[in-house]
Amino acid sequence: MTPTLQVFLIVSAALFSIGLLAALSRRHAIFILIGIEMMLAAANLNFIVFWRFGPQHQPPVGVMIALFSIAIAAAEAAVGLAIVIAVYRHYRSTNVDEFNQLRG
Amino acid sequence: MNTAAFIVIAIVTLSAAMAAATLRKLMHAALSFALAIVGLAAFFFLVGAEFVGLALVFIYIGAVAVLIVFTILLTRRDVQKDRGFNWSGVLIAAAVLASLTWSILKTQSTAIVAPHIRALTVKQIGQALMTTYVWPMQCVGLLLTAALIGALLLVIEEKP
Amino acid sequence: MSKSIDQIFVSAKHWLLSWLDGSPSWLIQITSSLINIFALLAVFLTLFALMSVLERKILGRIQNRYGPNRVGPFGLFQPVADGIKMLIKEDIVPVRADKSVHFLAPILIAAAAILALGVIPYGRNMTPFAIDGGILFFFAVGSTTELAVFMAGWGSNNKFSMLGAMRAIAQMFSYELPLLVTVLPVVMVVGSLGPDRIVAAQAEYTYGLVPRWFVFTPWGAAAFILFFVSGLVESNRTPFDVPEGESEIVAGHMTEYSGFKYATFFMAEYIGMFAISGLGLTLFLGGWHAPARALEFVPSYMWFFGKLSVLLLVYVWVRGTLPRTRIDQIMNLAWKFMLPMAFTCVIAAAVWHYAGRGLRGWLWSLIVIASVYIVLSIVLDTRRKFAPRVYRFAE
Repeated sequence: MTPTLQVFLIVSAALFSIGLLAALSRRHAIFILIGIEMMLAAANLNFIVFWRFGPQHQPPVGVMIALFSIAIAAAEAAVGLAIVIAVYRHYRSTNVDEFNQLRG
Repeated sequence: MNTAAFIVIAIVTLSAAMAAATLRKLMHAALSFALAIVGLAAFFFLVGAEFVGLALVFIYIGAVAVLIVFTILLTRRDVQKDRGFNWSGVLIAAAVLASLTWSILKTQSTAIVAPHIRALTVKQIGQALMTTYVWPMQCVGLLLTAALIGALLLVIEEKP
Repeated sequence: MSKSIDQIFVSAKHWLLSWLDGSPSWLIQITSSLINIFALLAVFLTLFALMSVLERKILGRIQNRYGPNRVGPFGLFQPVADGIKMLIKEDIVPVRADKSVHFLAPILIAAAAILALGVIPYGRNMTPFAIDGGILFFFAVGSTTELAVFMAGWGSNNKFSMLGAMRAIAQMFSYELPLLVTVLPVVMVVGSLGPDRIVAAQAEYTYGLVPRWFVFTPWGAAAFILFFVSGLVESNRTPFDVPEGESEIVAGHMTEYSGFKYATFFMAEYIGMFAISGLGLTLFLGGWHAPARALEFVPSYMWFFGKLSVLLLVYVWVRGTLPRTRIDQIMNLAWKFMLPMAFTCVIAAAVWHYAGRGLRGWLWSLIVIASVYIVLSIVLDTRRKFAPRVYRFAE
């Protein structure tokens, strides 16, 4: 028995949910960023798996989209972490619940 | 595709991801995140997308994970404090997982085995990047440059 | 005859695998990988032991002393004595250390160094793991070293460790760029990321005399020098060993390690050096090819390890000759000189290709590199900075 598309998708869904869990339930800004990165990575897995199991085209669309999404995730991580550092300098905290100055 | 390899990689990836989401110490979580990325790259190797797997390891371990640990270092004073855990997040994540799994299992067309394909070479990817995807690639280059400058401007020390 | 000696290790592996005829394919695959891994480990750990004693002996000669000569003939059993000493030392873990991170760092750093060895072609048909994209694999694995160094620094919970790790990561990051960009012209000219293809592209001889190694083109020579310097930095060797500058920060990120863990760091450093030298000679020095047609009867792996020994000798020579640089000097060199020159190599390689890869291309690429070099040295004003030092004494 070889793994079918279904089990790959379930693994990817589990990874996505774990990322969502990290992003929603942790209060630390870096944890939230890790969660978002994990969700992006799970989406990448989906792209690659659909490329592998679907009809083959030239160029390989799924692979290309995964490559671009990796590059964009890198940019997102750089800017996100820069924001975390900038906010930390201002508030001396990385707890997202404490950033509430704009609350009405 | 090897079932044993799949099971091992799936267990490693998911447990590392779970550790990254739940561990109390931030540094341990970041390192577990790196391990989860390695597991994901192993998945990519398993399905034959070696180039993407290598790019994933190169970018995530070599750049993103190091960025994360550096940020942890720079915001170190805040790490020790214990912080709350939002249990409603667990509920939402579980609901999302349940609904996604249900819909995947319901879709009969996903229960297929991988077809035999010719191995994807780096040359094919390069040709696609330089022909069909040349505009997206330039845009990504622009985006990365903008992100570089933006990140620098955000963290630069302001002169009083 | 020479052909069978050339392929002796490949035939030996096939003979070993022929015992498994008829067993399932996954068993053969795993056994084949295991044979590769054991061969790699045996060869390179022996080389590490030899190198550690030879380096000390050569350094001794450079500094006008004997070096180790007590244990065994010519002091050749020194590594055995060192190994026993390291093994029976107490393994000290600081109380405040982050235990798991402290424990995992040496394992990760050694694993990364050994994995990187796997994609280098050691001889004809002797690439342990031939994957399409081997160069990228090398750098992907090498980039985990930075994380391992950070883990060592953080896990030790020590100021010196953290400072050393910071320095190491800063210089490794800065030099990873020139390192990657100097690989680009070779990859561009060959049109492949596979080490086997790159070696195969350097097989022939121009006019039947000069081997077609990339180091004999202007862009290749410049790229090789840049690659070599970046390799020195990546393996944290003198003159770029500020991460473990003994006189300032004890031993950098290795300060809190003792016994076998320290030995693992030491081993990883040397194996990383072997790996980066091996990659350098695969990319620029023709890999396992002989330097002349008349010498092709010598087995290919002999050529590989011969060239590797020469490169390692240069490493030791540099270590014995040059003083340690400051961290700001290292950074300035990386960003102001190495990176622009590396990009120039890429352009010069393109010029070489489009001018017909002949003598004309050779001259044109030389002009490109020379002009950029001159402009850079005028802009950076090197003459003022590197003028002969004038000593002033208190009167």
